[in-house]
Amino acid sequence: MNDALRRHALGTALLERAGLWHQAQARMDRLAGEPSDDAADAARAADDYRMLAHDLARVRDLLPATRTREYLEALYARAHSALHEGAHHAASEVRTFLGEDLPAAVRWLLPYLYWTVPIFLLAAAGGYALVHRYPDLIGLFASPDLIASVERGKLWTDGLLNVVPSSVLSVQILANNITVSLFAYCAGLLFGLGTLYILGLNGLMLGAVFAFVGAHGLAGALGRFVVAHGCVELSVMCLSAAAGAAVGEAVIRPGSAGRMHSFSTAALRSARVLIACAALLVGAGLLEGYVSPNPHIPTAARIGIGVGYWLLMLLLLSGRPFRRRRAFPAPG
Amino acid sequence: MSALPDAGLLVDSDTGIDVALPVAGPGARAYAFVIDWHARLILGAAWYVICALLYNGELSLHAPPKPSASWFVVVVMPALALYFLYHPVLEVLMHGSTPGKRAAGVRIVTRSGAAPGVGALLVRNVFRLIDSLPVFYGLGLIVAAVSRDHLRWGDMAAGTLLVYRQGVVAPPLVRRAAGAAALDTHTAELVFELLRRWDSLESTARATLARRLLVRAGLEPVQADASGEDDLRVQLEKLANRA
Repeated sequence: MNDALRRHALGTALLERAGLWHQAQARMDRLAGEPSDDAADAARAADDYRMLAHDLARVRDLLPATRTREYLEALYARAHSALHEGAHHAASEVRTFLGEDLPAAVRWLLPYLYWTVPIFLLAAAGGYALVHRYPDLIGLFASPDLIASVERGKLWTDGLLNVVPSSVLSVQILANNITVSLFAYCAGLLFGLGTLYILGLNGLMLGAVFAFVGAHGLAGALGRFVVAHGCVELSVMCLSAAAGAAVGEAVIRPGSAGRMHSFSTAALRSARVLIACAALLVGAGLLEGYVSPNPHIPTAARIGIGVGYWLLMLLLLSGRPFRRRRAFPAPG
Repeated sequence: MSALPDAGLLVDSDTGIDVALPVAGPGARAYAFVIDWHARLILGAAWYVICALLYNGELSLHAPPKPSASWFVVVVMPALALYFLYHPVLEVLMHGSTPGKRAAGVRIVTRSGAAPGVGALLVRNVFRLIDSLPVFYGLGLIVAAVSRDHLRWGDMAAGTLLVYRQGVVAPPLVRRAAGAAALDTHTAELVFELLRRWDSLESTARATLARRLLVRAGLEPVQADASGEDDLRVQLEKLANRA
């Protein structure tokens, strides 16, 4: 028997297995419509996957340029995707994220934080010194309205609630802060330079504005305004910049895994911290809308709220409240 | 994992047989985006228009002279949320798809061919900040056009890619064959191997193998044992030529 005839007959025999392919497809359709936790379904899906892999290998050899191959390729890709799609248990995933993934990512970012915090503080000190020495330079950092208000002896935040409701103010602020935070992270893509720019600029602006209001005797009032929301807001700024710096380093020094892989790994890992940052900024935005501009809240209460929220942030980032207790004591 | 010459991707699998994923190009991306952009614009605008009319109690879409918090919370915020959170929310809920992607026949997968997790989808969407620069996703589109596997920055960061959703439609030949009894491919191949080597094998060995194969193909053992060597060969050839 010649080889062509043999291959033809083998191909025909292979096609006779089409019933099995249809059954596998039907099972996949059913599981796509109603995901199952049943072990028997999972075992059958794994069997189907193996069977399709086996038949696809044969089809690639025996019937290479055919619609049967296209069909089996698509069916096999679908089986692969279905089998590798993890189970979704929202509550468990959130707990794992808060108790394990987030603290691990924060620990991983600590070396970057040791750089971003001093850079931010240095930039703030630089901005302060610059405007303290050359007051006219405030025009580089602040809007004309802000400058005019301070020169009249009033903070721009005074009477803010008479103009904008707290809820509107909160949402505007938190949306702006989250955008800045996300930009600081994404800009790490530019070899970390984008992150450095955003971090440095924010530090400079903070220092410059404090120097300017200080020169007009309003530093205490500004500090009183900032303390409730600022502790967390500034910490989050440094955390986001640390995430951006990690992305930047992955691009600059990718290691043996390759630049793309390194970038992706760093971005995914540091993004966990960014999710927490966004949530923390929602709280800070609400404080900045409801507490900070409210003249009836005493300074002690503002400090208490600011420090309390900051400690809450540390607790959240440590993951301590969400850690699962071990069912059995650890060995050793 | 390796790239296919025809803009596809081969993903290693546990079985050792690669999974072939046809990668979507910038055209399919842009098509999906345009549909999604219209959908979110219409949704956001519809919310604003309907709620503004109800809120104002007259035929006016303007904000009140002194807008209260409720105007912002009820009318403005949800409309903005529909527009800006459309992609991240739908991609998470639809496991890497959106109505636009469905219409364009594409879906998001990880580089291992699996559906992406929530974290990857969120990172992919955060990087829209960069991809959308300077306007209309200019940067993202250029990067997707020139990069390998047509990835935008968001996909590179999240380790995802856009692939065509392959329609699983059985061709007519397969549909016809589905009605027939399934023959184990191993058996079929062994039958052909045995026939090919028939003359080079010892008489007893080929008869024993032939009987085993015929039993495996469904023949009664008694019938197989009773058959002579020539008869066995004829039956094997019938089996091989059944097509």
